[in-house]
Amino acid sequence: MKVTLQNVTKKYPSRNKKQPSEVIAVKDFSLEIEDGALIGLLGPSGCGKSTTLNLLSGLQKPTEGRIFFGEDDVTDLPAENRGVGLVFQNYALYPHLTVKQNITFPLENRRGKDKLTRKQMDEMALETARLVQIDQLMDRKPSELSGGQQQRVAIARALVKKPRILLLDEPLSNLDARLRLQTREEIRRIQRSTGVTTVFVTHDQDEAMSISDLIVVMKDGVVHQIGKPQEVYDQPADLFVAKFLGTPPINMFDGNVRDGVLYIGEQAVQRQLSLPDGKVDVAIRPEGFTVNNSGAFTCDLDRIEVMGRDISIVSTHPDSLGECIRSIVSADSIKELSGAKVSFDLKPSKVHIFEKDSGKRLY
Amino acid sequence: MKNNNLKGWLYLLPAILFLGAFLVYPLIDVLIYSFEESFNFASQSSTGIGGFNYSYVLHDPYFLKALRNTFILVAVTVPLSTMIALFISVALSSVKKLRELFQTVYFLPYVTNTLAVGLVFMILFKQTPYSDGLINVILGVFGMSPVDFIGGPYWAKMLVLCVYTVWIVMPFKILILTGSLASVDNTYYNAAKVDGTSRFRVFRRITLPMISPTLFYLIITGFIGAFKAYSDAVALFGTQLNAAEMNTIVGYIYDMLYGSSGGYPSYASAAAIILFCIVLTITCINLLVSKKHVHYS
Repeated sequence: MKVTLQNVTKKYPSRNKKQPSEVIAVKDFSLEIEDGALIGLLGPSGCGKSTTLNLLSGLQKPTEGRIFFGEDDVTDLPAENRGVGLVFQNYALYPHLTVKQNITFPLENRRGKDKLTRKQMDEMALETARLVQIDQLMDRKPSELSGGQQQRVAIARALVKKPRILLLDEPLSNLDARLRLQTREEIRRIQRSTGVTTVFVTHDQDEAMSISDLIVVMKDGVVHQIGKPQEVYDQPADLFVAKFLGTPPINMFDGNVRDGVLYIGEQAVQRQLSLPDGKVDVAIRPEGFTVNNSGAFTCDLDRIEVMGRDISIVSTHPDSLGECIRSIVSADSIKELSGAKVSFDLKPSKVHIFEKDSGKRLY
Repeated sequence: MKNNNLKGWLYLLPAILFLGAFLVYPLIDVLIYSFEESFNFASQSSTGIGGFNYSYVLHDPYFLKALRNTFILVAVTVPLSTMIALFISVALSSVKKLRELFQTVYFLPYVTNTLAVGLVFMILFKQTPYSDGLINVILGVFGMSPVDFIGGPYWAKMLVLCVYTVWIVMPFKILILTGSLASVDNTYYNAAKVDGTSRFRVFRRITLPMISPTLFYLIITGFIGAFKAYSDAVALFGTQLNAAEMNTIVGYIYDMLYGSSGGYPSYASAAAIILFCIVLTITCINLLVSKKHVHYS
């Protein structure tokens, strides 16, 4: 099912009587989701990603804009008639019902000509349970399951009614680190095998990057960038996206462009730029450095952290906007390090230049 | 370990002493009295030991009347008050405007004195030479003949007592139930909504099981409270409850001890033990039934 959001805006009335300004949770959001795609809504908390999910589910109504499922305008359709499957952050499994009863719950709601027999329901529940590999646990209560199993039950409950779209709200946030890795692969697998259009919300960039076909980066209700994960990482639209994505985070510097040359401090680090002169923000990915004793960019060496395959060089520079500069280089480079200074060559594709005020990417 | 044990007992001591002196000792004493024939407080003596007191009480028409009244009261008011309270609580929970005002209004009877409320009910229901009472006036509007609810036929008096009891126990139930309803996590309702669940089904399959521990608590305490009813009857019909045919078991026990025909601690004890057994049985049945229907999370 193709999903389209057209200029969707959601405003909340102000709670503060003295300041009657509205809170804008989502602002002018337009997005087209291909049938069968897996979309990750990514952003820091309070960025409007959960609100967007609620707008899609119908639990909340947009203030402006339209939402389409395929060709149907569902903007005014209440949640119960939209046919979406929603997996809540805390799973919201009914604690007094068994796994099987939880999964069949949505099916029992059907009335009239869609009404199913008990046998049909059991079959559908079992089929879905097999898909998420919990068919052994059908008679347990949710409290007798681990977090990962509970989540599978929640996904099964959302999938059993063959939803038009599947929505997942922070699906992995309640799981421990190991289970999180495993479960995100699992979500990808389930999504592939059912082919259901899926939107999931997360604040964890790894999660979003690793399994999404498309990620939407949001902040303060505004969409900053929509694109394939690698694209968004390699070509951030603005400073926020560049800073938000990547671990360790991108290194920030005060820079200067003069005659097509980029300077950090007095060091010319990149040439032949077709940019106007002026002050700029420079962002360099940790993997954008290579150690070269005659390199153009010299920093004060602070310490080296060994990680096995790579080493992380922590250094400082007077024009750095962060506390320190972190560069990830291959472990072999350790031989070249000596003294209190370290010099780098910079990989042009890992250096991004942003306009000072607007944060827009210039290069 | 031994030291720890000693400390533990030391901490428990105040409670044990208190409960022992004022709960366990009297309970055992009452049990003993109930088997001592013609026990006399003044001389602290009895004429013998046996089941005579029980036999007397169980054959006393006043006791049988009190037993019947109490059972009617329990059977009518406990289910009725719980259901009405549940209905009002659910309604209150879905109201947004003026909700706090309504909550306060519904809670008012709880902080009002039983006897004062009884007086109000008298004014509403009692027939005097000067007035038929407000209820009779209203009945008159519908063309019905006036009924003497306080001094008239048995069913009318029972009706007033039931209405009064339901009214007086409701506020507490509403208070507890609205609290319990508010504590149900809203995401369950959202989950049900996304799955297209009808309102009735949400109530039956989600709300009811979620609040079932509270509901069960209210039913048990409701039963116990109704079996111990006494002050309500006094508030409406005065202290001569036997004459008014409106006595309850606790009223009978009181009369046996201190009433105008009183001074029979043995009979009172036997009646008290019978009441104890009834309440114990009903509570056990409740517990057994609840195993199947109450969901503790």
